Amino acid sequence: MKTENTEAILCTANTLRWEIGEHIHDSLVESMYADANIIASRVVTLPSEKPRFDFDKKLDKLITSRWFGFPLMILLLAIVFWLTVEGANVPSAMIASFLVDTIHPWLKGAFAMFGSPWWLTGVLVDGVWLAMAWVISVMLPPMAIFFPFFTFLEDFGYLPRVAFNMDSLFRKAGAHGKQALSMTMGFGCNAAGVVATRIIDSPRERLIAIITNNFSLCNGRWPTQILISSIFFGALVPAHLAGFVTASAVVGVALLGIFFTLAVSWGLSKTMLKGEASAFSLELPPYRPPQFWQTLYTSLIDRTAIVLWRAIVFAAPAGAVIWLVSNIHFHELSLAEHFINFSNPFGLLLGLNGVILLAYIIAIPANEIVIPTVLMLTVISAKLSGLGGGAGVMFELEETNAVANVLHAGGWSALTGLNLMLFSLLHNPCSTTIYTIYKETKSIKWTTIATIIPIVMGMVICFIIAQVWRLITF
Amino acid sequence: MSNTPNANCEDCPVHNLGNLTKLGINMSQFDFVVALAGNPNTGKSTVFNALTGLRQHTGNWPGKTVTRAEGGFVYGNKRFKLVDLPGTYSLLSTSTDEEVARDFILFGQPDVTVIVVDATRLERNLNLVLQVLEITDRAVVCVNLMDEAKRHHIEIDTRRLAKELGVPVVAAAARQGEGISELLQAMYEVVTGSYICRPHRLERTSPRLEKAISELTKKIKEEFPKLPNSRWIALRLLEGDQRIIDSINNGELGNLSRSDTIPSNA
Repeated sequence: MKTENTEAILCTANTLRWEIGEHIHDSLVESMYADANIIASRVVTLPSEKPRFDFDKKLDKLITSRWFGFPLMILLLAIVFWLTVEGANVPSAMIASFLVDTIHPWLKGAFAMFGSPWWLTGVLVDGVWLAMAWVISVMLPPMAIFFPFFTFLEDFGYLPRVAFNMDSLFRKAGAHGKQALSMTMGFGCNAAGVVATRIIDSPRERLIAIITNNFSLCNGRWPTQILISSIFFGALVPAHLAGFVTASAVVGVALLGIFFTLAVSWGLSKTMLKGEASAFSLELPPYRPPQFWQTLYTSLIDRTAIVLWRAIVFAAPAGAVIWLVSNIHFHELSLAEHFINFSNPFGLLLGLNGVILLAYIIAIPANEIVIPTVLMLTVISAKLSGLGGGAGVMFELEETNAVANVLHAGGWSALTGLNLMLFSLLHNPCSTTIYTIYKETKSIKWTTIATIIPIVMGMVICFIIAQVWRLITF
Repeated sequence: MSNTPNANCEDCPVHNLGNLTKLGINMSQFDFVVALAGNPNTGKSTVFNALTGLRQHTGNWPGKTVTRAEGGFVYGNKRFKLVDLPGTYSLLSTSTDEEVARDFILFGQPDVTVIVVDATRLERNLNLVLQVLEITDRAVVCVNLMDEAKRHHIEIDTRRLAKELGVPVVAAAARQGEGISELLQAMYEVVTGSYICRPHRLERTSPRLEKAISELTKKIKEEFPKLPNSRWIALRLLEGDQRIIDSINNGELGNLSRSDTIPSNA
């Protein structure tokens, strides 16, 4: 559509731009501010006297204070987790007992009645159904508690204050202060966090925010953290303290994630993504009382249901895969056992084991199914009898004690638990997040970097901890 | 604000809300497209939800809506598509969200752009309003959070504001559902052409700049006679805005014609 006329327009524009020779942008902004000021002065009547007590200001002073800001943030985080851990136990067990103890045998019976071949029953009932049942029972109750709390904090106006508190840290790391917001979104879902980085103007800082978003524990990983933490840390103390210690350990891992976010941001801004941090103004919105029912509704429907649905969609095929790799035999051993035996030495070097490595490969589509996969594979590889439902059957153990027994029998130690928590924090993003990163960056290079950095870090850190641990304990 | 054709009951709030059918995400076949712009955290999403019946999550922090959200409703027997743009402070810089918002207002050619502003921070919010009014001449300003302004004893003369800006101004407290029917009525009047906007345009302080703009505007008007905002385009070109230069080269700007969006029977 280039024509002589359009060429002429652009040409005139270029000539005139040189003729004017002043900062058009500045003068435009100036006249805009001047007009806004004049209009506002004509239509706005401000209160004649200042209010004596300004609640918002007092609260802001406390929340964003140099001394109380961070402890308050950690405390709030801990309270929310504690409520989630304590509140989710009972409903989780109830849902599990319904879906696994009642529905599962019934389904098996129904399949048998219609003369389904054993492998079809295996793939569908023992694989797909149990994977979905586990995901629902483990994820639904914590999410139904965690998301409303989180949404209330968000609606109240707490998140921008967190960003405000963290701003100086991010700036020192050479990143953008708004990264604090996308990071916080990542605590819900990394894919959502990656999309949220669009609020960052500069491409350099936005890339940093995208690459480091995976260090925010997403809700698919909270259940893993909570379960492993209660087995290996909560169990070390008397029962009445267990909830507190479990929550603290999880908060510790979450804070470690924030630390890695900052450290990797700093590293990137010193190497691959060099540059100065850009300034921005962050508006602290007024505190607003959350609309209770509206918040409850949106957090349950929009967040909980959508995340749960995604988990189920990914868990179903994964369940089938687990069943198949545990039941397809090759030279006496199942495919799963072959891989576990093969990768076990490497896993042990990292303070993990072959089971965990295989579980993380199967769970690439969704982090949510790591724990059930780990348990099931442990049962097979340790040849435990009388537990679970046989090869490829994902099962729910009603008490964490029972899970602990399985894991101890599988040769787990506190080191394995600790490193699993760390590895859950530091490994490749799930496939949805990887795809989202690609969509946002349109670059295979940065997608690869964002995928590889965390897993390399996870392996290095687990390796170091394992070596140090063994030095100390032997 | 302005006289409605049949003033007896059409402007009665009860009647008007009765006229509203929320369509949610059902957006087939639309008569009018409405863009929803505004600073972050002014309650844009709340207005969006009130109009469409959708329950897009509304968070109390700036930058919550990063992509375009769309919904629909029927009002006065006309089907409207409502597009919730990302909240931005300006349309000048080149961050992704500002670009999304600006491109939609410019190239999406909405039939009306509703600018939601925060009553307690009117002056700062006016910057965006003035920028939108530079681009489009069909806008409605929704002064939201009037309840908060009242709590802080801030008074706003919306009538005077409408006169200053040359577009309809509606006072609202969207969380309480106040002002939504007035907003619908104002939008309806603008899209049907019964309210003719005469938007405020910025005065240039420098005569040299003013001369350059007039010269360039003339040339643009010759080439693109249907453009509603040739002065703004001229200014963008003088600033060397690459996106606008491209749109001239690839013909995107030439295709902007709104003659077909005004129904002849309106």
